[in-house]
Amino acid sequence: MTSEIVAAVADAHRRDWAQVLATTARVTRDLDLAEECTQDAYAQAMVVWARDGVPARPGAWLTRVARNRALDEIRREAAFRRRLPLLVTTPESPGDDRLRLIFTCCHPALSRESQVALTARLVCGLSTYEVARAFLVSESTMAARLTRAKKKIATARIPYRTPDPDEMESRLDPVLEVVHLLFTTGHTAPTGPALIRADLTAGALHLARTLHLLMPRSAAVTALLALLLVTDARSAARVAPSGRLVLLADQDRTLWDRARIAEGQALLTDALRRHPPTRFAVEAAIAAVHAEAPSWEETDWAEIVGLYAVLLRLTGSPVVALNRAVAIGFRDGPQAGLDALEPLTAEPALATYTYLSAARADFLRRLGRRAEAAAAYEEALTLTDNEVERAFLTARLESL
Amino acid sequence: MAKYTLLIYGDPAQWEAMSDEERKAHEATHLEFMAAAGDRILGGEELEPVMTATTLRGSVTSDGPFLETKEALGGFYLLEAADLDEVLALARLLPEVRAGHSGVEIRPVIDHG
Repeated sequence: MTSEIVAAVADAHRRDWAQVLATTARVTRDLDLAEECTQDAYAQAMVVWARDGVPARPGAWLTRVARNRALDEIRREAAFRRRLPLLVTTPESPGDDRLRLIFTCCHPALSRESQVALTARLVCGLSTYEVARAFLVSESTMAARLTRAKKKIATARIPYRTPDPDEMESRLDPVLEVVHLLFTTGHTAPTGPALIRADLTAGALHLARTLHLLMPRSAAVTALLALLLVTDARSAARVAPSGRLVLLADQDRTLWDRARIAEGQALLTDALRRHPPTRFAVEAAIAAVHAEAPSWEETDWAEIVGLYAVLLRLTGSPVVALNRAVAIGFRDGPQAGLDALEPLTAEPALATYTYLSAARADFLRRLGRRAEAAAAYEEALTLTDNEVERAFLTARLESL
Repeated sequence: MAKYTLLIYGDPAQWEAMSDEERKAHEATHLEFMAAAGDRILGGEELEPVMTATTLRGSVTSDGPFLETKEALGGFYLLEAADLDEVLALARLLPEVRAGHSGVEIRPVIDHG
């Protein structure tokens, strides 16, 4: 098999998986069967494209093959009993199929855990093994979680449709949360040898682009896409050739993807003009301030502190409070940073949060309080399993 | 169409503590729910407090509910609807959804047909 064919199939997988599965699901009215037929269509593509060449419209080819297989399957069993019947309600234009699939996977009657797993598997097309690895569970546990979620969709009759306009805003929230969670999970993988899981970040980014394409008027979607673009634009600079983690402060900013940053900034401006800022819009604004700074020292820390204060009001999140304290440390010096961190050490939600220990360690190091810094680095080391992060913390500890 | 039960759970002490006015408003909201649901409602009852419950388990007959929890089942509706979204939209009208101590659990009913 030539590498061109493999690349073409991989490309079609990235681009068209959601569309193929979503369209097939409308025919099968069964998510399980749709998944099977979609998988099968991609397997056939490997063979047929190698023999006959890559079709002009790979997405249409895959959809046709998956659909035909589904129809065969349905005809074969005269009394076809759907294993996991899916309620297809209103016939809409095919362009809406992907949205329908996304909103079904992220239905509020499903747990966040199930929403994320379903979206990664059915919408992004990651294999069960890949999804399991991303979320630190065994493949069989993830398979069981996916089956349970699909069963709930079938038995509770969660309909396969996009929400009505009046409920769109509340239904969009979990969708955005899930896309964001997929991205951040890929951006700093919780375990494993690599810092970044590009399959997850690429999948989440593609999903955000799709949402933006289908819902161009949603400021919340625009803001999320802006955030992912500006954050992703820095990924080439986050890991050194040795695999070592490179902090924002030390990153080679010439490696940043300027086109991606510009695209993100334009989207952010557009989102902020249309709507009071959402959480993701403020996060995108923070990322954009960093992206605009010519160097770490020349970062507009006052602006960053101010944006974190807005974000803290919107979310009340202790992690945001931690980031604000760190930004204060860069605006006003390490002692001010340490003072700002102090009240957070009593926060139960941060008790096992690596970055709190790491941030304290860093301020203590800069204040020359070596013994205390070493203790804080050691504490941080006990709290993370990401090997790249561990290597970074160990290097810092040894440099004391 | 499919059947769903709406199981209404809450803190019996707080239900008891409602003033006459609160109770009236509570019941009026139930009437609004029933009007909105119309003939999709197949049944439903308000239950006597848990202290009146009797539980059988094996050869043991005991005084009280099956689960000794602070929140107890206070009533239920049996509903027929096209899908979960339809049920969710209706159930949100129930006063127990908004009162802090109570909530509504939606369970699809097995179709033996």
